[in-house]
Amino acid sequence: MKQRSTLVFSCMAFGYAFLYAPILSLIIFSFNESRLVTVWGGFSTKWYGALLENDQLLGAAWISLRIAFINACFAVLLGTLAAVALVRFGRFRGRKLLAFMVGAPLVMPEVILGLASLLLFVSMDQLLGWPEGRGMTTIAIAHITFSTAYVAVVVQSRLGRLDPSLEEAAMDLGARPLKVFFVITLPLIAPALTAGWLLAFTLSLDDLVIASFTSGPGASTLPMVVYSSVRLGVSPEINALATLLVLIVSVGIIIAGMLIQQKKPT
Amino acid sequence: MASPFLSRLTLQLQQLQAGRRLVVAVPLLWLGIFFGVPFLIIARISLSEVIIGLPPYSDILAWSSQAMLTIRLNFGNFLLLFNDSLYFSAFTNSLRVSTIATLICLIIGYPIALGIARSRESLRVPLLMLIILPFWTSFLIRIYAWIGILKGNGLINNLLLWLGVIDTPLQLLHTDFALLLGIVYGYLPFMVLPLYATLSRMDHTLLEAAADLGCKPTAAFWRVTVPLSMPGIIAGSLLVFVPAVGEFVIPDLLGGPDSLMIGKVLWTEFFSNRDWPVATAVAVTLLALLVVPVMLFEHYREKGQAL
Repeated sequence: MKQRSTLVFSCMAFGYAFLYAPILSLIIFSFNESRLVTVWGGFSTKWYGALLENDQLLGAAWISLRIAFINACFAVLLGTLAAVALVRFGRFRGRKLLAFMVGAPLVMPEVILGLASLLLFVSMDQLLGWPEGRGMTTIAIAHITFSTAYVAVVVQSRLGRLDPSLEEAAMDLGARPLKVFFVITLPLIAPALTAGWLLAFTLSLDDLVIASFTSGPGASTLPMVVYSSVRLGVSPEINALATLLVLIVSVGIIIAGMLIQQKKPT
Repeated sequence: MASPFLSRLTLQLQQLQAGRRLVVAVPLLWLGIFFGVPFLIIARISLSEVIIGLPPYSDILAWSSQAMLTIRLNFGNFLLLFNDSLYFSAFTNSLRVSTIATLICLIIGYPIALGIARSRESLRVPLLMLIILPFWTSFLIRIYAWIGILKGNGLINNLLLWLGVIDTPLQLLHTDFALLLGIVYGYLPFMVLPLYATLSRMDHTLLEAAADLGCKPTAAFWRVTVPLSMPGIIAGSLLVFVPAVGEFVIPDLLGGPDSLMIGKVLWTEFFSNRDWPVATAVAVTLLALLVVPVMLFEHYREKGQAL
């Protein structure tokens, strides 16, 4: 028994090191004086300064943030509706179809999702004249579609673990279904909604492939700009950007985690 | 005359019905239009011919001179995929690389999930969060980090040169090794999470019972723990395998020029060659290959045993 736990422990240590070593090296070399990313030339924060003057990156970041925000709001709305229908409504017509369309985007390769969305937008443009051309709107629609699936899964698992007697009690006391949902169910699944919103936000902020397919001229998102610069080789500015992103995300996750932890005892 | 109470009740029931229909219809319509319909369009375009224009494909439905609807199907795109060895080897290579990467993820991920599931209650959430955290930071940037580590004058080569193990830098970047490393690195959290979900729900008294009956810990692991965690193993493997087959970013940034993967072929056909029909034919074939794994994944997810 002792031997096995040592084995498990060393596997865990290796696994965590494997997950974090690249990110650590990224952060360390963002403070490198030298332009050669992997040769240490002294401590410097000049790449952060250069980042702030890079209008292309900043513009792309602003576009990405706006898309991610709209995406997260819509995805939480649609995902929650889908989750409520799947968990609470029992059998209904279209249940299988809805369940499939909520699950499939989770594993569908991104190239297929991107290509499929683009072809839809092109056909719609031809037939209906909307959406005219491609840009932020089409990226946002494509993102909402796959983010909805992620939100639905997160909310579904929370709803499934909820004690139905609370809702039943409210119903017995005469509350209408809509009121029960807003007064009882919604507060109880709020942590899942927060988690779903954050997940949808980061998924959108992070997506390169689907955005590349559905984007048009003048709507380059942050990953698209990062990708075209990464293809040309490593640059310390990207390291600085990555460090900032990791920092923001870590703080956000830790705060969200603590919020959920606090709510656990109920 | 029905009593006012009864009519109020029927009215409420009608409202309830309408409300429920709305709750179902909104996500169903959205996903139907933006996720379901596109696949019909993909199927249609994969059977059309490439033309110069916008959009660059011919319509398979056309009104002939006698005002009759004719359908012209072009299977040439699919024939091309089967006859051109480039596409065929890209498909087989994608399946090969994804299978190996899935197995490595399982071998690395299982002990991690087991370790988290068996650690103290207070440690579980932080340990799990440490697994999820990299997943929340940009995928592109995490893959980019490996370029700095693997390239000719990157961290590993510099370290080995400094230690005197090698005289000339090793070619690590743009190899199959880098490709596999990237996929394992990128998808490891997807393996650990469903595994943890099943392992943490496991009843520990089963292991005690096995020990009481004289089963050695190693045998108990293979005969009790592993079979019980099968749903997690399957869900995790599918969550790694299916997206990895169509992966674009990792083969493009880390993979070598001679180990093509199908996601990259699709991307090149679409963006560089502007051959939309062939790109969609690649997508249809890829979908056909993935139908069984995706259905399996759905099956297990519906049963609610994992995730």
